[in-house]
Amino acid sequence: MSATKYDRAANIARAEAALHDVAKIKRAEIVFWLAALASVFFLQDQYLLLNEVAITGLFALSLDLILGYGGIVSLGHAAFFGVGCYAAGLLTKYGVQDPIIGLFIVAAITAALGFATSFLVLRGTDLTRIMVTLAVGVLLGELANRLPRLTGGADGMQGIDPGLLLGRFEFDIFGQVAYIYSLIVLFVLFVIARRFVFSPFGWSIRAVKENQLRTSAIGIPVTGRLVVVYTVAAAYAGVAGALLTQTTSFASLDVLAFHRSADLLLILIIGGTGYLYGGIIGALLFKIVQDAIATFTPEYWEFWIGLILVAFVLIGRERIIGAPMWIWRRLRGAA
Amino acid sequence: MTVALRTHNLIRRFGGLVATNDVSITLEQGARHALIGPNGAGKTTLINLLTGVIPPTSGRIELEGEDITNASRAHRVERGLVRTFQINQLFPNFTPLQSVCLAASRRLGLDRNLWRGIGSDKRVLDSAIDVLERFDLIDVMTSKVSALPYGKQRLLEIAVAIACGPRVLLLDEPAAGVPEGERGEIMAGLAQLPADVTVLLIEHDMDLVFRFASRISVLVQGGLLLEGSVDEVANDPRVKEVYLGEEAHG
Repeated sequence: MSATKYDRAANIARAEAALHDVAKIKRAEIVFWLAALASVFFLQDQYLLLNEVAITGLFALSLDLILGYGGIVSLGHAAFFGVGCYAAGLLTKYGVQDPIIGLFIVAAITAALGFATSFLVLRGTDLTRIMVTLAVGVLLGELANRLPRLTGGADGMQGIDPGLLLGRFEFDIFGQVAYIYSLIVLFVLFVIARRFVFSPFGWSIRAVKENQLRTSAIGIPVTGRLVVVYTVAAAYAGVAGALLTQTTSFASLDVLAFHRSADLLLILIIGGTGYLYGGIIGALLFKIVQDAIATFTPEYWEFWIGLILVAFVLIGRERIIGAPMWIWRRLRGAA
Repeated sequence: MTVALRTHNLIRRFGGLVATNDVSITLEQGARHALIGPNGAGKTTLINLLTGVIPPTSGRIELEGEDITNASRAHRVERGLVRTFQINQLFPNFTPLQSVCLAASRRLGLDRNLWRGIGSDKRVLDSAIDVLERFDLIDVMTSKVSALPYGKQRLLEIAVAIACGPRVLLLDEPAAGVPEGERGEIMAGLAQLPADVTVLLIEHDMDLVFRFASRISVLVQGGLLLEGSVDEVANDPRVKEVYLGEEAHG
């Protein structure tokens, strides 16, 4: 097996193409974002719901970064979302009216919080991590409850009046400006995340999830990598929280509640992890189903959501997504 | 001769068990050195000490003159001390190409890049392809690692280490589990290693050891029994007794 039997140039070209192919923008992705753009023009009466979807999608994207790429299971991701919510509210109330400057400040605050807590979280293995993330979330929730002068406590934070977006657009009651704003922020952060996960750094984080032992054996510091991705994800979650406060002018203890973290995991289970779109698609399905069920049975919607999720987990995402494809193929085959 | 790797009175205790007992070993640059010993002799513990997976109880480790006893794992790899594993430690959902590209990116210090694609650097591609060609992995370089036959995975296990650009390579039973007929591929890959790369081979397959190594150290119960050339070790009565046993008479 001498090296001369190979055509080096051809192999390099083939390798380059293969590596490029993985990161290439697929047609389905373009369709996805065009559909998102179309929703701005054709779903005017759904802006409020869509705004929630975009924010939850961004929040889920942030969890996907640490779960789908870093392999860290977190049950307390709402901590960063909630801190983002309250931080944005406080900023708006006490001086920083500009929403976009607010986003940057919130990102910095939650990144710092993520960085600081990452060392706690990354110490243990899976089960410990779940408990620690859960504990951090509960702790912050209780802290917000005990500081009513700062957070409004159980009544929620009132009197948040965000300034004009870009100095021109006022957040209207139909949620048009809100949705467009959230969607653009989601898109920009998505593009950054996409670039990030296909960079050598992104590959090294996937490697950590694949095999920690080998990753450290090729000289990549495992903990260091996870600290970075955890910090970035915290900032993303914080921005999602800030968007919620800015677009709804309200923040309540609910944003730090445990069920937010749990819902988020469910959203990722529905949408799938490790390809970035799972969070957004999951958020869309989750919110639509939630909204639809809440309309016909406002009291028992949680029961139906639960039932659907049990069915989902039992049947499996691949089979549910695969079913229409299978039927389509059968129909075409028969024709 | 320059010394590539040297240990001074290395000791590692696990409670009452002495897994590594006063091991002083010297590898000259470019050496093809084998480490043999019966099961439980402490071979893997020694590798773990050398690569920094566990710290020694006492003793020192020097890599090309630098004391690395307390250096981080990443630093040791950066300085060129790289290992393979007895049980495959691969990235199952990567392709072989992605695996070696990641290792090569790390070697070239590009692994902290957040923005460019992994295949955008020509040096990474070139060294990745070079390694894949040498280990006959070109044809499967874009298949999923977990879907590769075991023999190919075994080759990749070594190829990933080579892509790290080792100065000293520690091979932990590279032929473990590989059927007789496929060992030639692994040998061929190893034979093409640059002459100035120092190799410490841990292996049970005596055939492979005798073909590959020029010097052999025998480890028994954590301590060095003897060190010598292939002939010396093969004909030493103590070795026959503790390690080769009855089979050595053939």
